[in-house]
Amino acid sequence: MEQAVAAFVQEARDLLGGLEDQILELEGGSTPAQIDEVFRTLHTVKGSGAMFGYTDLARFTHCFENAFELVRAGTLAVGPDLIELSLAARDLMVEFLDIGGDGPSSAALLASDRAVGLMGKIDQITGAGATTAASGGAAPTAAKTAIGGPDRRFEIFFRPDIGALRNGMRPELLTRELTSLGMARVTFDVSTVPPLSRLDPGAAHLGWHVSLTSDCGRAAIDDVFIFADEAELTIDEQDIEMAESADTADGAAVETASVSGDSPRKQGGGGAQGNGRASESIRVASSRMDAMMDSLGELVIAQARLDAVSESIGDTTLATVVEEVQRLVTGLRDATLSIRLLPIETVFSKFKRVVRDLAKELGKDVQLLAEGGETEVDKTVIDRIGDPLAHLVRNAIDHGLETSEVRVAAGKSPRGTVRMSARQEGSEVLISVEDNGRGLDREAIRARAIEKGLVDPTADLSENDLYNLIFQPGFSTAVTISSVSGRGVGMDAVRSMIDALGGGVDVVSRPGLGSRITLRLPVTMAIIEGLRVRLGESIYVIPLSTVEECVEISAADMQNGSGRMVLQIRDQMVPYLALDEIFGQPNAGEDIRRIVIVRINGNQIGLVVDDIIGQGQTVIKSLSSYHRDIPGLGGATILGDGRVALILDVATLVRLAKMRGGASLNKAA
Amino acid sequence: MPKTVLTIDDSKAIRDMVAFTLEPQGFNVIGAANGAEGLEALRARRPDMVITDLNMPVMNGLDFIAKARSDPAGMGIPIVMLTTESAPDMKQRGKAAGATGWMDKPFDADRLVAVTRKLMG
Repeated sequence: MEQAVAAFVQEARDLLGGLEDQILELEGGSTPAQIDEVFRTLHTVKGSGAMFGYTDLARFTHCFENAFELVRAGTLAVGPDLIELSLAARDLMVEFLDIGGDGPSSAALLASDRAVGLMGKIDQITGAGATTAASGGAAPTAAKTAIGGPDRRFEIFFRPDIGALRNGMRPELLTRELTSLGMARVTFDVSTVPPLSRLDPGAAHLGWHVSLTSDCGRAAIDDVFIFADEAELTIDEQDIEMAESADTADGAAVETASVSGDSPRKQGGGGAQGNGRASESIRVASSRMDAMMDSLGELVIAQARLDAVSESIGDTTLATVVEEVQRLVTGLRDATLSIRLLPIETVFSKFKRVVRDLAKELGKDVQLLAEGGETEVDKTVIDRIGDPLAHLVRNAIDHGLETSEVRVAAGKSPRGTVRMSARQEGSEVLISVEDNGRGLDREAIRARAIEKGLVDPTADLSENDLYNLIFQPGFSTAVTISSVSGRGVGMDAVRSMIDALGGGVDVVSRPGLGSRITLRLPVTMAIIEGLRVRLGESIYVIPLSTVEECVEISAADMQNGSGRMVLQIRDQMVPYLALDEIFGQPNAGEDIRRIVIVRINGNQIGLVVDDIIGQGQTVIKSLSSYHRDIPGLGGATILGDGRVALILDVATLVRLAKMRGGASLNKAA
Repeated sequence: MPKTVLTIDDSKAIRDMVAFTLEPQGFNVIGAANGAEGLEALRARRPDMVITDLNMPVMNGLDFIAKARSDPAGMGIPIVMLTTESAPDMKQRGKAAGATGWMDKPFDADRLVAVTRKLMG
């Protein structure tokens, strides 16, 4: 602190040295800047003086600062008197500095005829009373009222100004300060919080109720709010008896609140119990389950409608209830869908016999490994996955695995392995059939595809494109057609079955080491997460599990690239389809259109739409027999506002894009 | 990570006083001699709180507060202005410009620590 005092004395000396020149300059006429300078010097000497133990200097300086403030404000002119007095005062200020701070000599100087005379004369000029001299020195002290008095109850309501957070106010510090004063209960007032769509995250929307029981006085509470930027502040002081009756009323309110707050938790607990009892199962007719699913679907649609209505009304109380209902519906949906889930073990177990019989028939030594049998999938998937899996297992044993002799010659174990595995990944279940045989013969596939006229002989095909050829109708590379597989209907049947379930197929193969074919299937079949997009006047839904990203394209860019429906995304060329063209839907001619990038079976394509609306739960309804065969459509759903939206069949669209865009891609390459 | 306090005052004595008072309390104190330098320091050093004088050459405290509040570095942080009894309307003008709180000059070390803790927690 001594350092700071020394710095003050040095600084004050410099300032007063400069002040002499500044005052003399005023003689020849003054500019506002010069007046400002004088005022600032006096202001600093006074303000700092009082802080660093030069209170008498500060008191003396105050009336001169006052005078120059009036000059600055234009109510006092700079005359010879003022200049004369100021010069004399400046000299006296230096004397105060020489004395070295408050003490008897400093007090004597302030009481001296010279000082009193100067202050009297300057006050005459400014018209101020002698009393003002004292006010500059007294530091206001924070009001601390007697602590240890009887307990009082304060009901405080505080709502900060809407912009208070931007101005650095932190309401939590206020409540913390209040709670430090005594026993406090803090509750929020959310009545002024706008709906989410209009919520400004930087604005202060909340209000605080604080019930404080404390022995401190009212002044201490006022002191908490000394800097508060409030829109509303009420501090009610109550007698403690009154407060007690209020206490019971409050207690009741809290109890009620906790009951309603508990109910979701209780439900959650019930759900957990239900899971615990799941082993003691009950058999239910599947028609009843279907009826329940239908009702749930309607509920989800009604919920979406409720959402839309609530949003248009924009009432916070309503929105809170709607959110609660939404949460409950989601819970009910998950619980109901989980009833339909069965472990895939039931399917896997059937293959032990199939593999044994097949191996014997083909004279191969094969072991079957099954992993992840506990993975749960929708009952519909269980019902329909058997045949595609059988095709894959047969193919693996017949085409994939070699005979023991060939295996030994290749340095492998004589016994071949077929591994079936299942696991859940996000909203998809991955079911793989893997063999450690010879792998797919890329050249044979290529030759066969050319022979069948499926690809151009000069086409440059990626590994993925090549493997996907085996799913083309009529494709089979087996030279001899066995009764087990190689009838050329297997793989395309697998693909169409998986497409129908809304899934996809991935192929990985390493020559000499084996292949793995993975089926990706949605966990649930009835309700999916969908991305709603607009095309002209109509709304379409893209299954969210296929969506990778959304980008923008200008109509001009689309025109420029005409004929080459290809888009560059980072370092990749991605073909795209204009959905309005495909569905014969007029577009509104917007300048900027959006492209939703989807991926299925390792193929990426873009779908051009007019706008992206948002995502949400989509209840899948099947299309009528008139519409069922339209390529690119997988179903329909009902939107929150009651309109019907069509659900896109991404797998078919990807194939369409490959056919169109692939041709132009090849031309381009 | 100690909190940083920026003190803006044309008086080195005040800046020193703020530093000598707050540094033993665990704060990191940086100084600037006027509003313009204060803005530079605000942007470059991102302090957690600012204590600014109002009467300063080059750029006064009110202009500083208004400019700081429209700058990402100054949005939402506490800004305390140093006021004097002789200009009571300055509190209102300072609040309007975006000041969080004020300290009447002269102030002592206890008051400075109390206000700093009150506004930064």
